[in-house]
Parts: sequence; structure tokens; C-alpha cells
Amino acid sequence: MAPLVRVRNWLDERFGWDELLAPLRHKTVPIHRYSYWYFLGGITLFLFGVQVCTGILLLLYYRPSANEAFESVQYIMTQVQFGWLVRSVHSWAANLMIFTAFLHMFSVLFLRAYRKPRELTWVSGMLLLFLAMGFGFSGYLLPWNTLAFFATKVGTDIAGQVPFVGHRLMVFLRGGDEVTGATLSRFFGFHVAVLPGLITLLISIHLLLVQRFGISVPARMEPEWRALPQQKREMRFFPNFLLRELMAWYIALGVLGALAAFSPWGLGTKADPFAPAPAGIKPEWYFLFMFQTLKLIPAKLGMLDGEVVGILTFSLAGLIWLLVPFLDGTKRTQRLVTGAAMFVVAYMGAMTAYGYVAK
Amino acid sequence: MHSAQPKEEVAAPGRRRFLGVLLGGGLFVSAVSFFYPVLRYLVPPRITDMGGDTVVAGKVGELRPNSGKIFRFGSRPGLLLLGADGQYRALSATCTHLSCTVQYRSDLREVWCACHNGMYDLSGRNLSGPPPRPLEQYDVHVRGDEIIVSRRREA
Amino acid sequence: MWRNKNLGMVLVLAIASALAQAEQPNSCVDCHSALEGELHVTQEQFAQDIHGQKGLTCASCHGGDPSRTDDSAMSKAAGFKGKVDRAAVPKLCGSCHSDPGFMRQYNPSLRTDQLSQYQTSVHGKRQAAGDTKVAVCTDCHGVHDLRPATDTRSKVHPLNIAATCSRCHADSKYMAAYKIPTDQYAAYKTSVHHQAMVERGDLSAPTCTTCHGNHGATPPGVASVANVCSTCHVFQAQLFESSPHKAAFASAGLPGCVTCHSNHGISQPSDAMLGTSAKSVCTNCHTQGDAGYQAAGDMQQQIHGLETSITRSDVILSRAESSGMEVSQARLELDQARDALTKARVSVHTFAGKPVLTDVDSGLKITAKTYSQGQAALRERDYRRTGLGMALVAIVFVMVALRLYTKEIEKNGSR
Repeated sequence: MAPLVRVRNWLDERFGWDELLAPLRHKTVPIHRYSYWYFLGGITLFLFGVQVCTGILLLLYYRPSANEAFESVQYIMTQVQFGWLVRSVHSWAANLMIFTAFLHMFSVLFLRAYRKPRELTWVSGMLLLFLAMGFGFSGYLLPWNTLAFFATKVGTDIAGQVPFVGHRLMVFLRGGDEVTGATLSRFFGFHVAVLPGLITLLISIHLLLVQRFGISVPARMEPEWRALPQQKREMRFFPNFLLRELMAWYIALGVLGALAAFSPWGLGTKADPFAPAPAGIKPEWYFLFMFQTLKLIPAKLGMLDGEVVGILTFSLAGLIWLLVPFLDGTKRTQRLVTGAAMFVVAYMGAMTAYGYVAK
Repeated sequence: MHSAQPKEEVAAPGRRRFLGVLLGGGLFVSAVSFFYPVLRYLVPPRITDMGGDTVVAGKVGELRPNSGKIFRFGSRPGLLLLGADGQYRALSATCTHLSCTVQYRSDLREVWCACHNGMYDLSGRNLSGPPPRPLEQYDVHVRGDEIIVSRRREA
Repeated sequence: MWRNKNLGMVLVLAIASALAQAEQPNSCVDCHSALEGELHVTQEQFAQDIHGQKGLTCASCHGGDPSRTDDSAMSKAAGFKGKVDRAAVPKLCGSCHSDPGFMRQYNPSLRTDQLSQYQTSVHGKRQAAGDTKVAVCTDCHGVHDLRPATDTRSKVHPLNIAATCSRCHADSKYMAAYKIPTDQYAAYKTSVHHQAMVERGDLSAPTCTTCHGNHGATPPGVASVANVCSTCHVFQAQLFESSPHKAAFASAGLPGCVTCHSNHGISQPSDAMLGTSAKSVCTNCHTQGDAGYQAAGDMQQQIHGLETSITRSDVILSRAESSGMEVSQARLELDQARDALTKARVSVHTFAGKPVLTDVDSGLKITAKTYSQGQAALRERDYRRTGLGMALVAIVFVMVALRLYTKEIEKNGSR
């Protein structure tokens, strides 16, 4: 017998392997004109896997202290064999992952895949998005270069503006009153231990839920397909959909390699806490729309502080977004949600673009 | 028409296996192209010094008393001095006037910049000539037979 | 007159009055703070004055009695001297400031030769001859809000000296009778020395008094101005001394340094000053065919060659850097080539080709090395891109194979 078959039998005798894998074999993916959007979740997961692998590799050489962080990244870029590749892939994949996560979220929103029974899948997914942005924020500081230092300063300053708990929150994030080596240690701990632990838990929940409920069918097709089951077109997850997903992953790999070789991620200059902030500091693109909005809000709105209003508005928006499945009951609210989502996409796009060109 | 079908059905498994092998082979080669850099990455490079705020500037015995040597400190030169009193000192070797590299003059027992005759004492204080500011001082520790120079900076 | 009991009493009174202004009457400022123009002096103003802080009062210089509130405060009987005549100012200030025994009680390290220096200066000599337009002590130091020279608000703080001198020396109407130029301040403001002081904050940069002296202010003569420059510019002066220009300039009555670099409007020297083009300073004297012309051309070519070589290395290293390669070691070495260029520009003052060539050659050796390091970095970059290309080929191959395989297994509708 072929060795692979013998291994399978050995596992099956002990773990009931076939029984465990059975649901996977029966898993199907609906086919319709929006089916391509189904790849996004898998691509995001794949990019997360890339991050874990390259992140672990970087951990072998990175040193998380203010005195050595910058030099260790420089060392990785110049002395370690293929270190330039690992580091550039890590930085680029981080951005790509957040981008695909946003696309995945918006596609789920517009296709209303969060409808009953998948509300908790949506909630876990939104939490995953927040965690991913937390990864981005904490990881950005780790090279300890000028841009990262000041972006962190500005970002934690904004956190400090939250009413009542702002200052405590800021001190917690910074490990002190100012951004120092203590902040770097803390962000490193968040980035390699705390956030990975949380995200592993949430990914497991998210995937389990997706498995449990199967892939959702877009709302307009659901009644049609329920009435006429023979109209339903679907594809086996294994191996058909998976092969296509593999294609998407390889495209992502090619893109990452090309980016690493043609547009390597820069390092900049080492952070100097005593130097004045360079002009035009802005955060990474996924925070830019919020940052730009806060810049445009006037300092005072009536009696209230403008920045605080901005922060609270975004927090409220985030909360509503998180609870969208529970608010989307009637046809009217559904149209409202779709309209609001389109506005949000346009707003985010416009503000991000504006943030780039603004001084 | 009728005869073509069985031929197709017979040829199909062969073709499928061929494509399977092709796909497997491709996956293997691409996997190698990913794992090869990773394996090379895992091998520690020969140069272990990362630079940074601490550097090994020299070995004990390398310098005679009343002499100095230039060493690389990050992206700028540093000057390691062994005074006649047997004490090690380290300074930035970038002249504060127009950034020439300074040197130690054992005859004058001062640090001297050859470009415009700037003079500094052993603590880096600018004594005469054009330099407007002293040279940055570094901390020196001797560990075993290595002379460690570190920047005076807060973490 | 001052070094007796009277002074002691006045001092005690002055200190007491300074400490308890509300109680002790000072009729001088009581009236004079309300007067306008030259007569306007306030207590706030005088409290900033160094003499006021050390306990002197109006009466210390002007005489009179500040305790009397009527006109008898300014009576002859009270010793009132009124406005001190311009001609009498140096002697009045000197009566304390030239007495080491007296000044010791205030600041033992203060110099006490200002008056004797002043008397050797152009200002002092003219003043002794009866000219009242020349500067006296109070013109430069101020009078009722006089501050020590180390105070940045003082008129004689290094940052402010040039402006103080220019009050007269840049005023062409005031200076008309003296027939000397009045463009010095304007020229100085364009100079690299002024820039060093004002922009870089280097207080050791020369200002008017550095070269002309302060109390003994006199322009250095043609024969000696080079000595003044050589106080700081040691190497250039030494090289000039042993160069053919020293004898040539002396016999032509030309000042060293100033002939090529000017005296007040000393701008950042550029390589364009050297050489045989119309813009160079060399062609002011040298013409085609003479040895100097040849040397000028040689030096300029060599220095230009090194500069071009440095730029070439800089460009290739920047290209490597922007492609993501790390070339900090090469950059460090290129800095040494820049050092060699600086040294070569100093060697120019030998006005001979060989010393310049030595420096230039050492620089060119370095730039050759850094250039090849830059090329190596670009080769490494290309190697990486080739490696990527091969990986991409493998990836595309897999993608094509995936497509074909997927199509194959789904051929019979077995999705």
C-alpha cells in the first residue's frame, strides 16, 4: 500500500481521522457572481501565516531595547542572509493583510453575510480587524526609527484624549508618561505575546463558526435557491475551492516577493527622543483617515474639545459597526446600512487620499 | 462521436496524473525557493557586532600609552585614547568645525584636527582654533581583554 | 575725590536706597522719569544698569544731592556737574575703570587698560585733538542701562557689536568728513563670519572688534592684516608665508589674505575663485603664459577632479541606498575623501600644484574604493532581483499548473 494511505489508516484507527475530516469533505461553497469575494478571508489568513513565520524569523535576530533595536533591524537588513527579504516581506505583508482584512469586512457587509445565524462570526471578525490594527500599531514602533517614534507619540497622545480614562490609558500604553525604551519593551510584549495569543483564540473561534455555519449565500439568491434547489450551484471546498484559494495565495506570494525586491521597506534614521519632531508626521495609511479627520475638526466645538468629539465619534461608529448584525432587521435598516457603508468607504478613501497629499 | 468518448475516458486518468505530477513538482520547486532563503537566514552571520550604542573599540594591549586609534562607531568615526596616565578615553572623532576626522597628537598630548588646526583636550573640550563645540564624550569600560565604548544615552 | 568718606557714604546710601526704594527719596529719577528725550531716565532702566546694580547712583557721576527734593539738588554746592561733556566722558569713566586698586573690589579680573588703549585708537587720538563726533565710552557701552559685555542685551555683546559700530560707520552723512568707506557693515552682513555668528551661534566668530580691536580700535595696516587673519586661519597663513605670493604681494603693497578674500564681505570661498576663468581671482594678476597662470589652472583642475569623483561616488551610493542596499561603511569612507578635499582646498595657499596634488590623490584613492563598493552594492541588488525572477517563474509555473489541474478534475462537471 502507498505509504500515505498507511499513515492515514494508522491515524484513523486511533483518532477516527476519517470521521473528523468528513464535514470538510462535504463542505461546499456557493457559486454566483460574487463568489470571488470568498477568497478574501483565506488570503487574509494566509498573510497572517506569512506574518507569523517571518515574525518568528525576525525574532531570532531582533533586540527590543532602545539602544539596539534600530541597529538590530539594520543588521538583519544588511548582514543576515536574506534578512532583507524576511524583513521586507514582513512589513509589506502586514500592510497587505490589513488591506485584505478591510476588503473582506466590506465584502461581508455589502453581501450581508452577517445575517442570522452568523452574527457572532461578524463580531469575532470585527475584533480580529481591531487586533490586526493593534498589531500594525505596535509593530510599527519596533524598528525604533524617527518616523515610528513620532507616529507612536502622536497616536498615544490621541489615546490620552479619551475622557476620564485617557491619561491612564496613555500611561499604560507608553509604560510611562513619555515614549521611551519602556514603551518599546511594552509594544514588543504586545506584538509578540499578548496580541498573538488573543488573535489565535479569535481566529480559532472565527474559523470554527465559519465551519459550523458554512459559507453564506447572498440574500437575493437565498429564497430562489431554497425554492428551487436544483438551481443552486456550488463547488466542493476540498479540493476545488482550495485549489483556487491556493492560486490566490501564490499570487499574493508573487506580489510580496516583487515588492521586497523592487520596493524594499526603508529603515530611516534612528529615533532621537530629544530631537524636534519632523514636519508632516503621519501614521500608517490604515489610521490615516481617522488622523486626517481629527486634524480637520476645529479645536473647539461649542463647549466641547474638538479632538475628544472626534475620538468619541469614531468610537461610537466602531461600536455601531460591531453591532450591525443586531441592528439590521427591517428592509429599511438594511438599506440604511448599505447606504451608510457606501458613505463610509467613500469617506475612508477620500480622507486617506487627502491625508497623503496634505502637509 | 461514440468512439471518441471511451478514448477520452481512458486518456483522462493519465492526463490527470501527469498534471498532478506537474503541479506537485511545481509546488515542490516553489517551496524550495521559499525555504532556501529561510535556511540561509537561520545561519548566523560571521559578523556578530550589530553596532548600536555599544561597540568593541579595541583590545587591551593594542594601544601603547600616549597614543590613540580611530574606530568605527555606528556610522561615524570614534577616537580611542590611552593616555600617558594609563587611562582609556573615547571621544567622537568628528570635528565640530567642519566634520573632518580628528587625530591624537602624542607630541602635543592633545586631540588635533588637521584641516584647520583645531585643538581639543583629552576630555574633548575645544581649546583653540575654529571648533565651536567640544567633542562628544563616550564611556569606556574594559571587559576582559576587550575595550568597550558606549554612548552616553538614556534608554 | 571719590575715594574718600564721601564715596563710602554715598555707597551706603545708594545701597540702602536701592534696597528700599519706596522709603529713600531719589529726587533725580523722581523728576527725570517724567522728562522726555535725552533727559528721560527711570528707576527701572537704571536698575538694569551694571553700575546701578553695584550700588552707584546718579550722583556718582553727575554729582548733586538725590535726597533734596527741590532745585538745590542740582546746585553747585551739592557738587552737581550736569550733563557730562562728550570730551570729558573718557576721563570720567577712566577715573574708576583705570584704577586697578579701585576696580578690584568689584571684579578683580576686569581689565583696567581701556582708557590707555582708547588713547592709542583712531577714536581716542581724534578726540584728544578736539573731534567731538568720534565715539566715546558711552556711545558704544550705553549709559543709563549699561550692561556687561556678556549680557546678550548689551550693545557690546559679540552679537551686537557690528550693529553698534555701524551706527556711525554706516551713516554716510555722519562720516562724510572722514572720507572713509561706509559700506563695511553692509559687506560684513553678507560675510561667512557674520553667518557663523548669527546663524550658527558661534560667538567666537570674528566681528568688528576682533580684527580692529575694541578700545584701541584701529584698522590693521596692509602689512599686518594677514597676521590678524592668521590668528584663526593658521594653516592657510603658514602656507601663504612660504608661498611666492608673500614676497610678490609685499612688493606690490598688497595685503595678504584680503587681496583675494576681501576684508569685510568675506564670502564662503568657492572653487570658482581658483583657476583661469574670467571669474577667478587668479586672473586679476596672472595672464596666460606665466607660471602662476599655469599653477592656477593645474590646482583648479585637480580639485575639480576630486570633487567630481566624490559626487560620482555619492550618486552611485545614493542609487544603491534607494534600491534598499546598505552602504553605510562606504559612506563613512567617502567622508574621508571629503576630508581630503578640504585639505586640498587649504593646500591651495601654497599656490603650487604639487601639495594640492598630494591631497587630491589621497582623496581619489578613497573615491575609487567607494565607487567600486557602490557598484558591488548594485550588483547585489541585481542578484536579488534575478533571484526574485526565478522564484516568480516557479510561482507562475505553479499557478498555470493549478489552473490546468483544476480544469482537468472538473472536466466532467465534478465540482
